[in-house]
Amino acid sequence: METTEQFRLDIRNWLIANCPESQRQPIIKDQQIWAGRRRTFYCEDAKLWFERMRDQGWTAPSWPTQYGGGGMSLEQAKILDQEMKALGCRPALYDIGLWMFGPALLEYGTEEQKQEHIPKIVRGEIRWAQGYSEPSAGSDLASLKTRAEDKGNHFIVNGTKMWTTQGDKSDWIFCLVRTDHQAPKQQGISFLLIDMATEGVDARPMELINGDHEFCQTFFDDVKVPKNNLVGNINEGWSVAKALLKYERNMMSIMSSIVEKEEGDIIAIAKRYVGLDSNGKLSNNGLRAQLSEHLMRAQGDALSALRLYQQHKSGVIDGGLGLTMKYLSTSEQQHKDELLLAIMGNRGLSWHDQTFSISEKKTVKNWAYNKAHTIAGGTSEIQLNIIANKALQLPV
Amino acid sequence: MSMVLNEEQRLLKDTIDDFLSTNAPTDQLRRLRDTHDDKGYSIILWNQLTELGVPSILMPKEFGGFGFGFKGLGAVMQSMGRNLTASPLFSTVVLGASAIELGGTASQQQALLPTIAAGQLTLALAIDETHHHQPINTAVRLKERNGQLTITGEKVFVLDGHSADKLVVVVRSSGNPGDTKGLSLVLVDSNAAGLQTNRIQYMDGRNAANIIFNNVRVKQDQVIGELGGAHTIVQHVLDRGVIAISAEMLGGCQEVFDRTLQYLREREQFGVKIGTFQALQHRAAQMFCQLERSKSAVLSALSSLDKNSPDISLQASLAKTLINDCYQHVSNEAIQMHGGMGITDELDIGLFLKRARVSLQILGDSDYHKNRYAQLMGY
Repeated sequence: METTEQFRLDIRNWLIANCPESQRQPIIKDQQIWAGRRRTFYCEDAKLWFERMRDQGWTAPSWPTQYGGGGMSLEQAKILDQEMKALGCRPALYDIGLWMFGPALLEYGTEEQKQEHIPKIVRGEIRWAQGYSEPSAGSDLASLKTRAEDKGNHFIVNGTKMWTTQGDKSDWIFCLVRTDHQAPKQQGISFLLIDMATEGVDARPMELINGDHEFCQTFFDDVKVPKNNLVGNINEGWSVAKALLKYERNMMSIMSSIVEKEEGDIIAIAKRYVGLDSNGKLSNNGLRAQLSEHLMRAQGDALSALRLYQQHKSGVIDGGLGLTMKYLSTSEQQHKDELLLAIMGNRGLSWHDQTFSISEKKTVKNWAYNKAHTIAGGTSEIQLNIIANKALQLPV
Repeated sequence: MSMVLNEEQRLLKDTIDDFLSTNAPTDQLRRLRDTHDDKGYSIILWNQLTELGVPSILMPKEFGGFGFGFKGLGAVMQSMGRNLTASPLFSTVVLGASAIELGGTASQQQALLPTIAAGQLTLALAIDETHHHQPINTAVRLKERNGQLTITGEKVFVLDGHSADKLVVVVRSSGNPGDTKGLSLVLVDSNAAGLQTNRIQYMDGRNAANIIFNNVRVKQDQVIGELGGAHTIVQHVLDRGVIAISAEMLGGCQEVFDRTLQYLREREQFGVKIGTFQALQHRAAQMFCQLERSKSAVLSALSSLDKNSPDISLQASLAKTLINDCYQHVSNEAIQMHGGMGITDELDIGLFLKRARVSLQILGDSDYHKNRYAQLMGY
């Protein structure tokens, strides 16, 4: 039996020998290697690095080797992750299937489904999308209307899904569909896998308020889906979706760690755009006070995160603290974006014109995009409902 | 060091919570207020607290203290905030004794600290000279003529200055208002010749005094620390005070919030509990979020004092600003959510509203601390 330290050393040596220097730089959004039939590599090194990791099964290190995974224990996979971070190795592959759908399928799928889908996820051949929200089912997800009709050996699917991330670049989609119209809302829903190349599937990009097109609206028009693409039992899709939530949290933490770092900190930006007076104070008193207010609130939130961690570590958990975090951090991000615009004045008003620098454009685009933070992943209003009922025990 | 209390500190907290809710409920503050009690606090209660060891919480073990640290003190301050307990703890132990502990000579410490721990000496810090806290602007002079030191001038809104046995006075021995150099600390008996004290009763039951110094004589051994070099000590004393008063405010804010939640769960209108209304639920949830954020800042600041972190001043200003704004908001909402009864003196809610406003001003309002935070951060 190999010792942990020997294992760590072997991993490190392999990474040093196999990860090209260019793949040890901080990741840039445009250089991420996303899975899929239309996968592309921006350079040879990226391709090499991806293929070496794939061949080891280390794109999914803890998945069973029989499906192409690395076969590591969770502890070993953590060591690999730590060593990659220590050396600055970029993630070799990006995919929702890898982070979220694959783990759920390993838990709930049939042997046949695992054989079909898991190896392709490990090898980055298929890019997965999520089909949950609909035009009239947002916060009230269980009211979804996309329906799958039983036609004997297949389903016929009709309806529309919203917010399919990069839907036009994805190959397969896991969907929540209604299979029983008589049953109470959450009990008539099934979990269905759909090949997006099937006739009748159409993913149309939507332009967002910041000019980007990362989300699609996906239409299903008499789409024929084989029966064996059903995950879990018929009408029990809601429990599969709930199980998938725990992997979604993992994904959120992976995603947040790959967000690009901002251009300098807000204090430096304020000094640059507002200037200092002879006493070394920001020349604008109002902005100076607003900057303190933002920094203090943000610091308070950072300390809450630390306190939550300390609570979990010591086993003394006082309930509600964790429930406040999403509401507070997303609204504070928006306060910060507004303050950045105020600090930049007229230089914070466009991403079209040559007059503006790359970082100015990026700041303004983020300001617009970050309006999504208080909506996605449970709106602020839903968060407040949960706090009122769960933490404060106010009557329903 | 963790923001979570350890076993020993939790035991201290439970003991003090039990004791104060039994022996010093808000009724006691009402009684002191309505009878215009001379001291403004119950000497019986202070003796009981002394027996429990409360004045010794911070004090180093060699002076008869317990060395429970600032997280221990924070637990006591929070409990006092919840119960609106009137006591000389803050002025005497947090401000006065800290000045002696941090700046005093060995003989000053030996003479005073054990007496304070025994509950037999009360102190007050005479610092402000206008109705806004601005310590650096100290103008009251310590003059020297033929080797004799004297103080002339006026200190205002000296917390517990009406009842303290001795005053720790911040004076200027050189330089001009605004200079950090030239500040000195002196210890003066409250019955010294040339000293005139006028009591001030705040709306929340706290007491202070305007104190006129008319050629008050000071001997060399009454000077704490180096003549003209007291700025660092004053800063440190004030940081301790800011953080301790923030802990008291946190307790009060939590109490008035809890009482409001209870009211939302019980009060019925239109045939339902008013706590079912989403308009009120969301406001309550927002208050909870703000309160948890402020709590993190206060607990972290207390912990930074125990660790003697380099960023204590920053943490002090952070904690005070967040809890100032939170207590102000929560006490306003508490009145509104209690409806008409909220503006009667019959309910305690108004006591917390008034306590919040007085506490807001103690050792600096939010504008003062935002400005200080900005200076410390270099913008």
